[in-house]
Amino acid sequence: MNANPAIRQEASQEASSKASGETVVEARGLGLTFETNDGPVQALSNVDLVIGKGEFVSFIGPSGCGKTTFLRVIADLEQPTEGDIRVNGMTPAEARRKRAYGYVFQAAGLFPWRTIEQNVALPLEIMGYSRAEQKERVFRTLDLVNLAGFEKKFPWQLSGGMQQRASIARALAFDADLLLMDEPFGALDEIVRDHLNEQLLDLWARTGKTIGFVTHSIPEAVYLSTRIIVMSPRPGRVTDVIESPLPRERPLDIRETPEFLQIAHRVREGLRAGHSDD
Amino acid sequence: MSAVSLAVSGSQPGFLRRAAVGRTLPILIVLSAIILIWYAFTVYLNAPWQIDAYQRAGSEWTAADLVGDTMAQERPVLPAPHQVMAEIWKTTIGTRITSKRSLIYHAWITLSSTLLGFVIGTALGVLLAIGIVHNRAMDKSVMPWVIASQTIPILAIAPMIIVVLNAIGLSGLLPKALISTYLSFFPVVVGMVKGFRSPEVIQLDLMRTYNASGTQTFWKLRWPAALPYLFTSMKVAVAIALVGAIVGELPTGAVSGLGARLLAGSYYGQTVQIWSALFMAAALAAVLVGIIGIGQRIVMARMGTREGERS
Repeated sequence: MNANPAIRQEASQEASSKASGETVVEARGLGLTFETNDGPVQALSNVDLVIGKGEFVSFIGPSGCGKTTFLRVIADLEQPTEGDIRVNGMTPAEARRKRAYGYVFQAAGLFPWRTIEQNVALPLEIMGYSRAEQKERVFRTLDLVNLAGFEKKFPWQLSGGMQQRASIARALAFDADLLLMDEPFGALDEIVRDHLNEQLLDLWARTGKTIGFVTHSIPEAVYLSTRIIVMSPRPGRVTDVIESPLPRERPLDIRETPEFLQIAHRVREGLRAGHSDD
Repeated sequence: MSAVSLAVSGSQPGFLRRAAVGRTLPILIVLSAIILIWYAFTVYLNAPWQIDAYQRAGSEWTAADLVGDTMAQERPVLPAPHQVMAEIWKTTIGTRITSKRSLIYHAWITLSSTLLGFVIGTALGVLLAIGIVHNRAMDKSVMPWVIASQTIPILAIAPMIIVVLNAIGLSGLLPKALISTYLSFFPVVVGMVKGFRSPEVIQLDLMRTYNASGTQTFWKLRWPAALPYLFTSMKVAVAIALVGAIVGELPTGAVSGLGARLLAGSYYGQTVQIWSALFMAAALAAVLVGIIGIGQRIVMARMGTREGERS
């Protein structure tokens, strides 16, 4: 763990360099301790991180490393116990009230009694968009995730991959510049996953959103991200931050290139280092 | 079963075949078995009195006489099915509805207080469930009382409800309906608390990420998620609301209604009248539950529920 201070320094240097651009998420010394019956569990410890506008940041690590917790802290679904975090320069609670982000969960979580278009319209109804605007936005976002033509279907009539795409459409339907995704493709098979990864990159390129993406798949993290945050458990912390040298334009076969394999190797090393101390 | 359907399909396709493949045949078999057993018991239970009557009259009798006469007694221990059916026919089709002898008139009296009690009970149950789900204090304090309320025998509390309400000037339909309410709100509370809590954590988290208000979360998530539970609870509630209305008529000196009919029948040993009132009550319950079932199907179909997932 002696590598840690150096990395943190690297991260904070990055933070200062990114500060010149627009910052979307900024965490300083963030910590979160859950009180459980077996005593306190440190889910996050001393996390410093800056996410700039338009970045695609992946969080990777074994279960219990706090990657999901960190995403939930950004979304104001968990309260940090130490440190400070800003989302669009506000507290997470304020950012949530301003509807600053769209959140995609591990499961699609579509409402079974609503059709696909009604599901996508759900946030729009809650946020008080006009009927016409709702219709227009549902049409546009369903088209964006290649679900045009499935508006009137109920969730159970769609495959798992299509359901998850509908849930992404739901998160994109309103104007949040930040998209938080918690292992959205974790439950899907490899082929569907590849396909959705490709579509996600395309979508990111077209919309210019900032994406925070939790995963435990190394190829997925390397393929998608401009930056990979490697985390390790007990306590949940950042052990490595990898800037990806890959171009923004990424065909699927980029995964066979030496650059890709090199980054994947570094991520794997980082994960192994995190594991060696237990 | 397969032999039957084969034989049937050979000779007479159509109705018989459908009956054999579907649920009709098993139901008919069970029904005929019940009727057979019933007739057997009619003879067995009414025979002692009949034999006694023969001996007092000093007449000769055969087994055939005995079987015939046990099924035609005026006040049998157990009336034969056809006697009950004849009584029901006579008191429904054969009597003016406005007459005090009409079973339909009595059924309507009971039905009206059943429905009023059921509606109040369902509303009360839903409101209590909303309170329990949204308020920690209510969650801790109300549920034990709801459960305790159902441990008190309704027969004990029914006369008190009538007397107390009478003292404050309420009489007639409402006190009886409140006894139905007392029974029927319970399954609705229990079902709806479960229903309102049925949304998954990620669905609730999702509403939070939209900064949805409590009211929005309720109407867009909790209420639709709870609807299947509502219909299931209402089926139970309407059946016991009917029981409540009948029981409410027993100890309160009611002169009309199915309960009053049961009571009068037992005073005068009119077992045929008792049984016909019982059958009327059963038919009424079946119709009420059936209507709710139809409502459930319509609502669930509109909510896109997958075929076969209905309860």
